[in-house]
Amino acid sequence: MNPPGPETFAANARAALADQALRGALRRATDTFAERRAAAIGGVPDWEELREQARAIKAHTLARLDHYLQEFTRHAEAAGTRVHWARDAAEACRIVAGLAAQHGARRLVKSKSMATEEIHLNAALARDGAEPVETDLGEWIIQLAGETPSHIIVPAIHKTKESIGALFVAQLGIPPSSDPQVLAAHARARLRRHFAEAALGVSGVNFGVAETGTFLVLENEGNARMTTTLPRVHVALMGIEKLVPRFADLEVFLRLLPRSGTGQHLTSYQSLFTGPDGEREGPRELHVVLLDNGRSGLLADELTRQTLACIRCGACLNACPVYQQIGGHAYGSVYPGPIGAILTPQLSGLERAGTLPFASSLCGACKDVCPVKIDIPSVLLELRARAVEGTRTAPPRRGGWLERLTWRLWSLLSAGPRRFALAARLARLGERLPLVRRLAPPLAAWSSTRELPRLAPRSFRDGHRRKA
Amino acid sequence: MKRRVALFVTCLADQLWPAVGHATVAVLERAGCTVEFDARQTCCAQPAFNAGYQAEARRVARHFVEVFEDCEAIVAPSGSCTAMVHRFAQLFRDEPAWCERAERVAARTHELASFLVRELGVRDLGARFPARLAWHDACHGLRELGLKSEPRALLAHVRELELCEFAAAESCCGFGGTFSVKFPELSTAMLDHKLASLAQAKVTHLSALDGSCLMQLAGRLARQGSPVKTVHLAEVLAGA
Repeated sequence: MNPPGPETFAANARAALADQALRGALRRATDTFAERRAAAIGGVPDWEELREQARAIKAHTLARLDHYLQEFTRHAEAAGTRVHWARDAAEACRIVAGLAAQHGARRLVKSKSMATEEIHLNAALARDGAEPVETDLGEWIIQLAGETPSHIIVPAIHKTKESIGALFVAQLGIPPSSDPQVLAAHARARLRRHFAEAALGVSGVNFGVAETGTFLVLENEGNARMTTTLPRVHVALMGIEKLVPRFADLEVFLRLLPRSGTGQHLTSYQSLFTGPDGEREGPRELHVVLLDNGRSGLLADELTRQTLACIRCGACLNACPVYQQIGGHAYGSVYPGPIGAILTPQLSGLERAGTLPFASSLCGACKDVCPVKIDIPSVLLELRARAVEGTRTAPPRRGGWLERLTWRLWSLLSAGPRRFALAARLARLGERLPLVRRLAPPLAAWSSTRELPRLAPRSFRDGHRRKA
Repeated sequence: MKRRVALFVTCLADQLWPAVGHATVAVLERAGCTVEFDARQTCCAQPAFNAGYQAEARRVARHFVEVFEDCEAIVAPSGSCTAMVHRFAQLFRDEPAWCERAERVAARTHELASFLVRELGVRDLGARFPARLAWHDACHGLRELGLKSEPRALLAHVRELELCEFAAAESCCGFGGTFSVKFPELSTAMLDHKLASLAQAKVTHLSALDGSCLMQLAGRLARQGSPVKTVHLAEVLAGA
């Protein structure tokens, strides 16, 4: 299923707001994650210093990304890893599909990876006749349902145990149940068979280490461990921004990421890979596909570059009052929530995702919880400016000229006291006309749910002048 | 010696709630300041900046800088407008000369509660305001200016006032400038989440340091027929 285009955000949001089951599931889940996060970071006295260290490491790496990519590649290849470079989604999919074909792997297993979602790998593999199977429980549920993830770390956050039970009855023919233990047991039995049969496993990457060519995969279910050890071939897809310079840097991020994401002190599994383990058990071949897909285009601008520091913990989603109301699907982008609102327009272009930077009240809760201190509100504001700048040259959208005219007029009237006072007096006249209050689009939108305030009979400046 | 303070009343208080402006003057005078009002002032430029119209915002921001750059201290009864002035550097990031002037003005621009507590060290203004009052932590005051304890310290000294905390005190009210009219249903859903939590606190008044949040909150409370009244912090502190 293709996600709806971001331009339909307003309509998607309305639909989500009408879905009470969705909103209940979202409220419970985001509240729980926020509480767990708060409890987990409460026990870390140097939390703020850790965040600052992480920010600095990422900023340093992104400023010299070309250097660290070469260093990573050199060390990974020396350890026997085969490194592939993918300029875009299509190239990355071709590389993975090519490896699957080369190894005769019709059935392949996948562990959770946002990068594979970003390039729509499953659809590409299916077109080539392969059968990718998601093995993370949440991802598997989403795959069975023919949906897309609605959260970065909790892909099925929008689902209730009842809806998952119904899905399993319909898709797997199990006896009716909504008991999470029973449902998980059915999933485990099915997935074990896939692990045993698959010739190729695909994983994502949480962090790549330049100085050793190592990469790290974090997870809780053990499915990524099996995906990366049972099949003969392991292919890891890694966004080029995932690098850190030194192995010791991992300590900082290992303390930040699980606490920010799930509120755990550490994930249940941490798997480190430095080359294949061909002599003993485990895959004989290890491949890393380095994915650009628009990322290098973000490196030039210092303000917006920080978007690439994201470690995909999902904390900003849980903290966001917009996400809490409507969930991830309304964003119509693989990456939802505050981080999606800044990442997607930069990866896919403002002409496609230009609405997303406006889908925020700029409350700043995302910035407060971000473990790498991404200043999401500042980036949102910058992208809003670029979106508006784009409309100055691009063919104007419906109503765009009126909006521009309004702001130009506002700026003229607000840049001088006489003009400002005159505008205020005109507004007082206009306010008396019932048609203006009813028909001016912003006023009508406001009063659909809220009483409109009235202008004071005498402004402060007029009152002050009289007194003086 | 009396501290000289330039009042930036904010465009919304100027035109919609002049009483907030007068209360701000009264509170500052009670705190021992001489308050000046320069009638050349207009707006902080935030509406256009947040809407993505940076060129339009820059024009208004320049006007703000020109009006206020010779003042020792500028005080505004708004965390959001103050935070906007502190953000001018982003607006002028391609104009170093303006950026420098803007940053000098920003360093001297304060939100009212922050100015009283952090700059003047005043907490007790001798105010009296009979109410069971809930405090809304307006986002920009809370997260950009770090104002959490300051307004509470001031409210703690108001006679006959009972401060009632509620669970969603720090949740966004859903205003967000043009966000509130671009996505009215979403904005209202956020607002209703906040107000549902407020209803548990059984208060008579809801207060904040930002008029724009109070406009959003009051608009919905009125539509719902709620008896809860909204009141700006300055008006509480000016209560006698």
